[in-house]
Amino acid sequence: MEEIKNIIESLLLVAGEPLTIDHINKILTQAGKKEIRNALSELSKEYELRKGGFFLREVAGGYQIRTRPEYREWIKRLIQPKALRLSKAALETLAIIAYKQPIIRSDIEHVRGVNCGGILRMLLERRLIRILGKKEIPGRPLIYATTKQFLEVFDLKDLKDLPTPEEIITLGEASSEHME
Amino acid sequence: MTPDERYQVQIENIFEGPMDLLVHLIKKHEVDIYDIPIALITEQYLEYIEWMKAMNIDVAGDFLVLASTLTQIKSRMLLPAHEDEDEDEDPRLEIIRPLEEYLRIKSAAEKLAKRDLLGEDTFVRSPGQEDDLLNREEGVIDVGLFELIDAFQKILENISPIGRIEINADTITVRDRIVQIVDVFETKGSVTFNELFSKNADKSEVVVTFLAILEMVRLSLIRIVQHTHTGIIRLFYL
Repeated sequence: MEEIKNIIESLLLVAGEPLTIDHINKILTQAGKKEIRNALSELSKEYELRKGGFFLREVAGGYQIRTRPEYREWIKRLIQPKALRLSKAALETLAIIAYKQPIIRSDIEHVRGVNCGGILRMLLERRLIRILGKKEIPGRPLIYATTKQFLEVFDLKDLKDLPTPEEIITLGEASSEHME
Repeated sequence: MTPDERYQVQIENIFEGPMDLLVHLIKKHEVDIYDIPIALITEQYLEYIEWMKAMNIDVAGDFLVLASTLTQIKSRMLLPAHEDEDEDEDPRLEIIRPLEEYLRIKSAAEKLAKRDLLGEDTFVRSPGQEDDLLNREEGVIDVGLFELIDAFQKILENISPIGRIEINADTITVRDRIVQIVDVFETKGSVTFNELFSKNADKSEVVVTFLAILEMVRLSLIRIVQHTHTGIIRLFYL
C-alpha cells in the first residue's frame, strides 16, 4: 500500500495534466482501482495534515497536485502565467454555456440579450469551449459546449460539480412566495 | 437625477447589454422583480437609451428590442383586467422569466470567478510552464515579426561581399540547420539572435538560419524574447 501510494505520488508530480484513475491503473497494473482510489485519498489526507505548499485536487475527472491559493502571490513572482482575466460578459457567456450545454448561439444570446460572437471566438481560442457540431434545424447553427480545459481552469471535478446558482438574488424585496 | 449621475451609470452599463441596464434600474429603485413597476422602469429605461444616443454612444439593436418588450408590457398592463384573473397571465412574466434566468447566470458567473482558478490562484507543476520561467527583472517581451525582420536585415547588411556570388548546390538545408541549432541549444540553453549567424556566413546560410528559426518557433521548439532596454533578441530552448 505504502509503495503504491508513493508510485502514484511520483506520477502525479510528473504528469502535466490531471491523472485519471484509469490512467494510473494502466501504468500500475498490479493495483486495483479501489486501491488506487484509497491511495489517492490517503495522499490527499497527508497533504491536508501537512498543510504544505500544495494539495491534491480532483479536477476534470482526474487528480492533480496544485499549489495552495494562499501562495499565489509568490508563484506570480516566479512565473508569468498566461493571463486568464475574463471580462464579466465573457464569464456570463461561459456560465450560460456551462449550465445549458449543448447550446446554440442564439440561445446564449437570448439569455444576455446581447450579441456574443466576439466572446465566443475568444472562448474558443482559449479552449474553454468547443464546437460539438451543427444542430439539425434551419441554418444549421453551431452547438457549443465546455471543454476539459474549462473544468481544469475552474477547479471542477466534472460538470455536476458546477456551483449551484442561487435561485434568485433579492434585488429589492422579492417575496419568496413567487420563487420557483 | 442630475446628468452626471446618469452619465456614470451609462458608462457602467453600456458594455454589458440591455439586461444589465434593467437589473441596474431594478436595483436602483429597490423594487421587487416579481412586482416591477413597469411604467416607471420602462420610462427610465427609455430615458437611458436617449441619453446614450445623446452622448453619441451607438445604441445597439439589443437595447431597442428590450425597450419594445417593456413598452409592450406597459401597454398591456393598461388594459382592463378580466374578471377571472387566474386565466390572465401577468404580462410582466414576459420580462420576469428572462430576468430570473439572467440573474441566475449572473450569480453562477460570479461563483465561477470566485473559484481557485488555475493560473490565477492555483498552479501546477507542468513542463509546459517552463517557458514562463523567466527572470522578470530582465524585462523581456515577446518579439514581433517586424523586430525579427529588422534583426534579419541587419545581419544581411553585415554579410561580407565576397561570398555573395557563389551559389552552392550543397548548401545546408533548413532541416540540417535546425539540427545544428538544437545542438547549440542543448549545450547552451539559450543564445542571442546574432550568435546564430556566423560572421562570415553567406547569404544563403543566413536565409537558411532565419528560416530554421521561424520553423523552430512554429514547432514550439524555441521561444524568442527581446530585452526591453538593450534590444537584444534572445532565443530559449523549450
